Formats: sequence, C-alpha cells, structure tokens
Amino acid sequence: MPAGTLYRGREGMWSWVAHRVTGVLIFFFLFVHVLDTALVRVSPEAYDEVVATYKTPLVALLEYGLVAAILFHALNGLRIVAVDFWAKGPRHQKTMLWTVLGIWIVLMVGALYPVLGHAVREVFGS
Amino acid sequence: MSAETSSSSAISDVEGVSLYDVDHPAPVIEPPRKRTGKTPKGSRTNFEMYAWLFMRLSGIVLVVLVIGHLLIQLVLDGGVSKIGFAFVAGRWASPFWQVWDLAMLWLAMLHGANGLRTVINDYAERDNTRFWLKMLLYTATVFTVLLGTLVIFTFDPNIR
Repeated sequence: MPAGTLYRGREGMWSWVAHRVTGVLIFFFLFVHVLDTALVRVSPEAYDEVVATYKTPLVALLEYGLVAAILFHALNGLRIVAVDFWAKGPRHQKTMLWTVLGIWIVLMVGALYPVLGHAVREVFGS
Repeated sequence: MSAETSSSSAISDVEGVSLYDVDHPAPVIEPPRKRTGKTPKGSRTNFEMYAWLFMRLSGIVLVVLVIGHLLIQLVLDGGVSKIGFAFVAGRWASPFWQVWDLAMLWLAMLHGANGLRTVINDYAERDNTRFWLKMLLYTATVFTVLLGTLVIFTFDPNIR
C-alpha cells in the first residue's frame, strides 16, 4: 500500500469507531440479559442458578468490561449530543473527548473495588 | 433588482452581459433530492431524521436509567453478590422500579436496534444480505421487547 493513502482519522474518527464497537457489544449483552432475567417467570431456582454465574470471578471481569463499554458509550454519547445541539460543540469536540476519557478513567477506578472486590476475595482468599 | 444587477453587479463584470432579466428568467433547476411521485416509498418520510433525534433523546434518558441500574445492581449494598430472586421480587414490588425497568427495556432495545440497523446498512453491501440481517434484527428485537415486557407485568413473587 502506498504511503499516506490510508485514511487515519484523529480523535473524531477513533471516538466514532469506539462508539460503534461499544454500542454493538452492549446491545448483544442486552439480549442475553433480558433472557436471563426472564427466568424469574420459570422458577426462583432457575433464576438464582443463572445469576450465580454472574458472581464468578471470570464473569465479574466481563462485568467490569461491560461497565467500561457502557460508561464510554454514555459519556461519548453526551459529547455527540453536545456536538450536534450546542453551537460551540463542534469547535470543542476534541477537548470534550479528552474530558470524556478523563471522567471515564476516574469512574473506572471507582468501579474497581465494587465490581471486582468480591472476585479478588474469592480468588485470593480471605 | 435585475435592472441594477444587469449593469453593475460583479457577476456581469466577470461573465459579461446576463442572459436573464425579469422578462427572461433563468430556468429553474430542480433540487436534486426533491420528493416527487417517483420517489421510493421508503424515502418519502422524515424517518431518518426522527431516528437521529430519537438516538439523542433516548440516549440522554438512558444515561440516567442505565447508570442508576448499574449503581443498584453492581455497586451499592454488596454489589452483584446480593442479586437473586428475592432481590428482584423486592424491587418489582414497587411500581416505581417496574416503570424504571420497563422504560429502560424499551428505550435500550429501540436505541440498540436502530444503532445496529445503521451498522448493518453501513457494512452489508449485498441487498439480500442487508435485508435478511435486518429482518433477523427486527425479529429478535420484537421478541426480546415483548418477552421483557411480559416478564415485568406478569411477575409473581409467590411463583413457588
């Protein structure tokens, strides 16, 4: 491939890509999540059995990933709304993306203990 | 206006004498996307504009609903460890949380379905592939929304 012919966008394009990827992942989880919740109409045992898998360390890690995807999609979604409806939005889109990522990191650090704490205790004992 | 422009406007200076005036108007050029009787049915409405607007409005509401949901289910009061049939029964005893979950289900499913519709339209190039992928998407969406709604409305804490 000749150098310089492949379009590599900057913040705008990569946030668009990340928004798509996280959106699709969240949507697929949503299907599964409605199905597992529907088990409350089958029996308390069936529901509790499936929910037990949500409490295992491996799935807890996946939940942390889900939280990461949802928080990015939510914060970047608000940025998109600002770009579309706020007159100065397009001019500040890069600043807003870095703000989104900053808030995202803070929230992800905050979610570490609540989401993964029980998994760490289970794996390493105590 | 035309009397003035024909003699002194910048256009006349650059391009010579104008061919058009009040008595000889320039031909009207149809807007390229004007809707006519031949416009395909699918593009005669403002559907795409409303879909675009819906994504923004539902998105703002979903930020509140979903982050609240995550706080309750994964963070507060022991996080995921407390979840079980009894916890669900306790929450759905209140109409407030029933409405919360119902709104979240409908908005999230429609928001996600429209998002995936866009993704399919972007990447599935063959007409047939695109059509069937969207049929699959719509079927799965209707099924899931109806199932979830039925579960919320017919929930029975004394099922056993």
